[in-house]
Amino acid sequence: MDLFFFVLFATVAVLSAISVVVQRHPIASALSLVGVMASLAVLYLALGAEFVAMVQIIVYAGAVMVLFVFVIMLLNAGAEERRGRSLTAHLLGVPVLIAFLGLICYFVQREFANAGFMKFGNFTGGSAQSIGLALFTDYLLPFEITSVLILIAILGAIVLARKEMD
Amino acid sequence: MAFYIISLIKIALVAFILLTVLAYLQWVERKVIAHVQVRMGPSRVGPHGLLQPLADVIKLITKEGVMPPQVNVFFYLLAPFLAVFMALISISVIPFGTQVTIGPWTTQLQLTDVNVGILFLLAVSSMGVYGVALAGWASNNKYALLGGLRSSAQMISYELPMSFSIASPLLIAGTLSLRDIVNAQAGYNFGFLPKWLIFAGPFPQVISFFVFMIAAFAETNRIPFDLPEAENELVAGFHVEYSSMTFASFFMAEYANMVTVCSIATLLFLGGWHPLWPAAYGSNFVAPAILFIAGALCIYHGINPARPFDRYTLPVFGLVFFGLTALMLFPPVIPVLMPLFWFLAKCGFLLFVFIWIRATLPRFRYDQLMGFAWKFLFPVALLNLLVTGLAVALGH
Repeated sequence: MDLFFFVLFATVAVLSAISVVVQRHPIASALSLVGVMASLAVLYLALGAEFVAMVQIIVYAGAVMVLFVFVIMLLNAGAEERRGRSLTAHLLGVPVLIAFLGLICYFVQREFANAGFMKFGNFTGGSAQSIGLALFTDYLLPFEITSVLILIAILGAIVLARKEMD
Repeated sequence: MAFYIISLIKIALVAFILLTVLAYLQWVERKVIAHVQVRMGPSRVGPHGLLQPLADVIKLITKEGVMPPQVNVFFYLLAPFLAVFMALISISVIPFGTQVTIGPWTTQLQLTDVNVGILFLLAVSSMGVYGVALAGWASNNKYALLGGLRSSAQMISYELPMSFSIASPLLIAGTLSLRDIVNAQAGYNFGFLPKWLIFAGPFPQVISFFVFMIAAFAETNRIPFDLPEAENELVAGFHVEYSSMTFASFFMAEYANMVTVCSIATLLFLGGWHPLWPAAYGSNFVAPAILFIAGALCIYHGINPARPFDRYTLPVFGLVFFGLTALMLFPPVIPVLMPLFWFLAKCGFLLFVFIWIRATLPRFRYDQLMGFAWKFLFPVALLNLLVTGLAVALGH
């Protein structure tokens, strides 16, 4: 059952990811990205990390992507035109892609050659409580620094928006 | 195997009841608004217009679906499907009552008890905005696009105060499972005051409750926050180009969302299925008493009819009510029906408030709507969360 769901949603995730790149209309791309996020959330859920799965949907699919779609609609972006690709893209595109994938496969094989398979549902550290404990004990400093970083980003956005208005 | 069969039966029952309730909620809304405005409301189809929802459904199904030219067909058809799917799926984690035991089988009155139930509801409701936004965009109509844009901006803005107001009761209950949250509200202070989170706990969640309800009005696009479909500015807003069943889908989604947010408010703040006062003081007799009074009123008006056909219809209703009264007094079913009654009563009251406010308040202006969310509601929810956190921390 777990394997079935894994294969199903992994396939959906990969197909949606390809669709993000291939689609010509920005809204279609953005919605494909939502599909990627949602199927990733299902994979988290299958692994037993239910809190992360729900936060994935709330934050990425529900907030970030809605904002993307909103901006695309606001700017009324049309379907992009297909231009001829440059010579370098034609010549190097496929070989570089194959080399990149090969590198990833090589490193995964080298690093995790002896690793066992992940059993679905074996992971028990996915509850809200254990994540909260980890955040406020082991990872307190990175957590606080991230919050300051986000605050700086918010202030920057406000400053930039102010300048537009004046 | 028994688990799957019981689950299938429960799903069928809940789906049937929910869809019926959605249809009749619209009848109730039309009747209530009519009576607030001193009108009759639907009264032609069936006694007191009771068959009006059926007539509406038949009309909507059999009407021709008109698709305007130059729409983006895929997204145009996807949007109503998304809206209604996200609205209906959220009912699957809501607990209606305690458990039922029939013979060897015991089951909870809930489709599935997810241990992150409340987060699931938030996730699904945040996905619901895609239906509205896409409908506005794919229709290729400037009014629809404006409606869709307004709706996404409004839903993003009001999701923040809503999440913060949900977070404070969660802090007190200390769990994300809806069933456990309700169980945490069992019992009474001083023997009579219920330990609902709106009354009790280290810090009563009154502010949180009101912030949640206000945000809920905005999230469901109801008056006074129905800017996405403001008739006098945008014709009908995001669903202006929809007809027949696609239009009905948006309608259904709106009412299903109303039912969902009322259920969440009941579960988080109003103690779920726990009665207003202890059973020792006779809270088990409220439901039979209300039903008996309703039955007696029906019989009385049936004997002294205001309209000719009342002579035949009202006594039938009266007998139905008397039958329900007898059922509510039947001891073996009391542990199941009483929690269900209290849950439905609170939910129904909140739904009535939704309709009541629609009949009372005018619509906000768009800048007022945004200013209210960001400058008032959000700070209040944040402060409430901080104070609640402090109270919980001191209580430990």
